[in-house]
Amino acid sequence: MSRLVLSGISKSYGAIQALTSVSLSLEPGEVLGLMGDNGAGKSTLVKIIAGNFAPSAGELKIDGKPVVFHKPKDAQREGIEVVYQDLALCDNLSAASNVFLGREPMNRLGPLRYVDYRQMNEVAADLFKQLKSETRPRDLVRKMSGGQRQAVAIARTLLSKPKIVMMDEPTAAISVRQVHEVLELIHRLRDQGITVILISHRMPDVFSVADRITVLRRGQLVANKAAARSSPEEVTGLITGAIEAA
Amino acid sequence: MTTIEDAIARSEHKNLLARTTNLQLFWVFMAAVVACLALTLLTDTFATERNLFNVARNFAFVGIIAIGMTTVIASGGIDLSVGSSVVLSAMVISVLMAGGMGFWLAAPLALGTTLLVGLLNGVLIAYGGMPAFVVTLGTLSGVRSLAMVLSDNKMMWEFGPDHNLLLWVGGGSTLGIPHPLYALALLAVIVSLAFKWTRWGQYVFAIGGNENAAVLTGIPVRRIKVSIYMFSAFTAGVAGILMAGWLGSVTTNLGQAMELTVIAAAVIGGANLAGGEGTAVGAVLGALLIEVIRNSMILLGISTFWQGMFIGTFIIVAVAFDRIRHFRS
Repeated sequence: MSRLVLSGISKSYGAIQALTSVSLSLEPGEVLGLMGDNGAGKSTLVKIIAGNFAPSAGELKIDGKPVVFHKPKDAQREGIEVVYQDLALCDNLSAASNVFLGREPMNRLGPLRYVDYRQMNEVAADLFKQLKSETRPRDLVRKMSGGQRQAVAIARTLLSKPKIVMMDEPTAAISVRQVHEVLELIHRLRDQGITVILISHRMPDVFSVADRITVLRRGQLVANKAAARSSPEEVTGLITGAIEAA
Repeated sequence: MTTIEDAIARSEHKNLLARTTNLQLFWVFMAAVVACLALTLLTDTFATERNLFNVARNFAFVGIIAIGMTTVIASGGIDLSVGSSVVLSAMVISVLMAGGMGFWLAAPLALGTTLLVGLLNGVLIAYGGMPAFVVTLGTLSGVRSLAMVLSDNKMMWEFGPDHNLLLWVGGGSTLGIPHPLYALALLAVIVSLAFKWTRWGQYVFAIGGNENAAVLTGIPVRRIKVSIYMFSAFTAGVAGILMAGWLGSVTTNLGQAMELTVIAAAVIGGANLAGGEGTAVGAVLGALLIEVIRNSMILLGISTFWQGMFIGTFIIVAVAFDRIRHFRS
């Protein structure tokens, strides 16, 4: 059964049509590269899936069950997590604190409740191990490399055992070596059966990690095909409109 | 069995000594210690019981509010209205007590009034989206004027039936230690624990570190912010009551410009005005250092006109230290 099915998703802001009848289906453990120029509707689509706003028309299904999201928490409850472009990390806190931010485990001492740092550090260490990242739970995020910061942001999504992880431009602002690290992290997610939606401008990154590539242009889905049967040249053409559809 | 991953997971950057000397707190503490030692050797008046008692009591008032201010600063905000909250609290308690009300009823009412000031600050900042600097500048002016209206700008020195109790609470001592110091110590311990071990503490620092991230991870940022400004006002209220008892009289210029000393103490103690950093112990040490400098200038016979210069230099040196630290890392 498909993990996520979008059928006929449209979104308009007054007279502006941001998305026109987008249909798409994703399998568990599939990595989708979502591409398109600025203003093509990528963010709108991601925000609809993440529950930031509702589509004007169309339907979402997760594991065959129709879902309606009114707020991001609804989407989170259905197992959808987002890694934001700026990663939404607090530099002044430790990696473990960041992973658990807003969901800190508490311990009891009589009537008092206190933050369970031991559990936070242990679980975070476990998640970093799963991701094969050399990130130490007690280190401050301020002192970390771009790749390690990505690992922290991704570990945060893993905490809730997600079905779908969406990543917004994860490789945009980091060094070449760290890009490799991040792509490895995406492989780790896929190996766990998590569906990954990767939004990126960087053609080589998308082709090295994505199973399938979807191109949006002016709010319309113009291509949705296996990465192996496409090429960077074709995708560039699709994004700019030099190639009508594929 | 210990694997390499486990070792990585448990390890931290640097050893204990390196981390300690990297702390601004450590250097502020050393500066205070050196100043105290120098004064003990240079003067025969510093290390007297009477003088130490005075120093301890004087710095407690600034220290108490500096703990509240550190919380605000750690969350990325600022509270300029604390000096005015001090006078409002002192005025409310003295007017009520002069009217015949007992201490144990008047004190909670005075604290309640300052909590309302904090609530107003917090709501305007968190829900109104206004800059903390401007909002608290407004309440700085408004709240002091309220204290003037309340007292008709008269000096209050008669505190009704519980007169002696108020003087004892603020000016007395137990086991040779002045009462404000007990309040400071209690507050410092509670807030240190709260910063480290409660969700509230985590969220204060998360908001100061990256407010956007705090919102995205579902932290109730607005409510936390309101609580922070209420806490800051509360510490000012406590100091106001203690100062009323210590001085034995209250005038409307009580706590004037105190916000500057308090902010100085917090910053010298390691609170980062950009948010995300600060400790209760640092606030206390910052306040102590300022008071020791003030006291030493008096004892050494240096004109008090130079005080501002010394405190100003310390603030800038403290911030410079911070810059150097961040530059290295």
